Amino acid sequence: MNRLNKLFDSKKDNLLSIYFTAGYPALSTTVEIAEALEKAGVDFLEIGFPYSDPVADGPTIQHSSEVALENGMNLNRLFEELKDIRQRVSIPILLMGYVNPMVQYGVARFCKKAAEVGVDGVIVPDLPMYEYESLYSKDFKNNNLSNIFLVTPQTSEERIRKIDGLSDSFIYLLSSSSITGKNLEVSNSIEDYYKRVKSMQLKNPAIIGFGISNTDTFNKACEYARGAIVGSAFVKFLGSENYLERIPGFIQSIRP
Amino acid sequence: MKYGVNEQGYYGDFGGAYIPEMLYPNVEELRQQYLRILNDADFKAEYDQLLRDYVGRPSPLYHARRYSEKYETNIFFKREDLNHTGSHKINNAIGQILLAIRLGKKRIIAETGAGQHGVATATVCALKGIECVVYMGEVDMERQAPNVARMKMLGAKVVPATSGSKTLKDATNEAMRDWINNPVDTHYIIGSVVGPYPYPEMVAQFQSVISLEAKKQLLEKTGSELPQYVIACVGGGSNAMGVFYHFLDDESVKLIAVEAAGQGVDSGHSAATTFLGREGVLHGSRTILMQTDDGQVVEPYSISAGLDYPGIGPQHAHLYKIKRAQYVSATDDEALQAGLLCCQLEGIIPAIETAHALAHLEKMKFEPTDNVVICISGRGDKDLNTYIKHFNF
Repeated sequence: MNRLNKLFDSKKDNLLSIYFTAGYPALSTTVEIAEALEKAGVDFLEIGFPYSDPVADGPTIQHSSEVALENGMNLNRLFEELKDIRQRVSIPILLMGYVNPMVQYGVARFCKKAAEVGVDGVIVPDLPMYEYESLYSKDFKNNNLSNIFLVTPQTSEERIRKIDGLSDSFIYLLSSSSITGKNLEVSNSIEDYYKRVKSMQLKNPAIIGFGISNTDTFNKACEYARGAIVGSAFVKFLGSENYLERIPGFIQSIRP
Repeated sequence: MKYGVNEQGYYGDFGGAYIPEMLYPNVEELRQQYLRILNDADFKAEYDQLLRDYVGRPSPLYHARRYSEKYETNIFFKREDLNHTGSHKINNAIGQILLAIRLGKKRIIAETGAGQHGVATATVCALKGIECVVYMGEVDMERQAPNVARMKMLGAKVVPATSGSKTLKDATNEAMRDWINNPVDTHYIIGSVVGPYPYPEMVAQFQSVISLEAKKQLLEKTGSELPQYVIACVGGGSNAMGVFYHFLDDESVKLIAVEAAGQGVDSGHSAATTFLGREGVLHGSRTILMQTDDGQVVEPYSISAGLDYPGIGPQHAHLYKIKRAQYVSATDDEALQAGLLCCQLEGIIPAIETAHALAHLEKMKFEPTDNVVICISGRGDKDLNTYIKHFNF
């Protein structure tokens, strides 16, 4: 049982997770941003490790990745920055990024290192189920790391069941089939999809992400899932002046 | 096929479908449908008829007499430059548009580097009256302005890719993002043997008409359907895979793929993937790609917009690893010189991509009895500006 499982056991609704890209807007900001987010009441964190060709991301996260790479962020550097994070941050932490940097680092080594610094889970959008199961699931399990899979409105019921079976913390429910940072217009079809997944009574809780940027979209997501993830809106906010001291205000604007 | 794909979409260690979940339904639909559609009698009849009457196939296998004299052997040009739209790219575009229609898709997207695949895609969309959006790196749009104009004339919308190196890999990223955002009504016509399974296999099959014809034509011209050598340029590798395909199991045939060395393999300005790359994941498949130690994709360089891709198709990665094909490289200068030589010896202006394959002849020793097939993958009209600048014509 890792921190994620404990969180889902203890808190039943309105969970808020925030994504940000390590190395953006500058190096050595990862821990202080994480700390400020915890203080502001965020329930868990997703720290992105940057990649040069992030095909699932829109302009905001693409830009943050470019800047982070220019700043010299990479997995070695990230694990160095996260070395003592557990002395300052106690909420669950996920790493999120693309498969190629992990493969080059060595997946077994990546999982071991992530566990050492106190990471609870990993989200790799371009790591499909077959490859995860046949090549890497052992490395994740040996290090008590959860692998979080994505589900979209187009994902079949059979596949959602399979994803549920492979998951051991939560399922990342995409609000729509889109790249990150698209404005979400809650429509009947999206609500039908949320309802459809909710009625499946999966063993893992669902957290909704993509397009969550304000109180309305957050509340709507929480009607159907255990909580929601904010990514691009927060990354955009990190590009503004004095962001560190204004983080509580940002979180208020999502979950008053 | 000994060197073919397995059920999971792998060629040895390479291939697969490393895609975000948003693309899974599209790719899965293709995986489940493509073989059924490709083997359907109606599809085959329409594909063959269009290749014959619209593309102008079979493309000739031309015995290049003056080349043969120069290199003291028997050199044959497989004339893909004579296809409608001026390159081999149309073979795949025709196949995929027919597939897309049978899948009920209403909108086509594509990526393009040199513009040849973009033009081929815009052409087949015009032919079938389907909306077409082509992503092209901003840098490539400048280098290949005539093809941009062609695409627009054919009714396509050309969208500049402005991220990263603003070339082919970035156009591919943008096309993938479009597909993620439009999963239901859109088909992505990938132009090379790259991408998630089943694309590399599907594109290879559509391009395999090149080697299917070449075998028949060689038998007629030489009395044997097997040459000693088959040579092609390789970026992603679709013309190379097309001309290799039906020779793969004929172990006596030496297959040579020529990558773009740019300003030299060690110059820092190159696209010679097998020399500079390592195994990893790019655009949906496990392959060999140029990357940093941290797994960030390196921006490749070649004077030819169609070859500056940081990876190669997964089947090529497999053929390279098990040494079934030999991967070599030619520099910008070598290619330009070879292109000019082809003009002057044979009266054929080749695409600069193709000229890389021709350049390798300078480094080979042949027997007088050898038969050598070179894939003339495209014509050089689109590259006139580059030739003019280089040679001060």
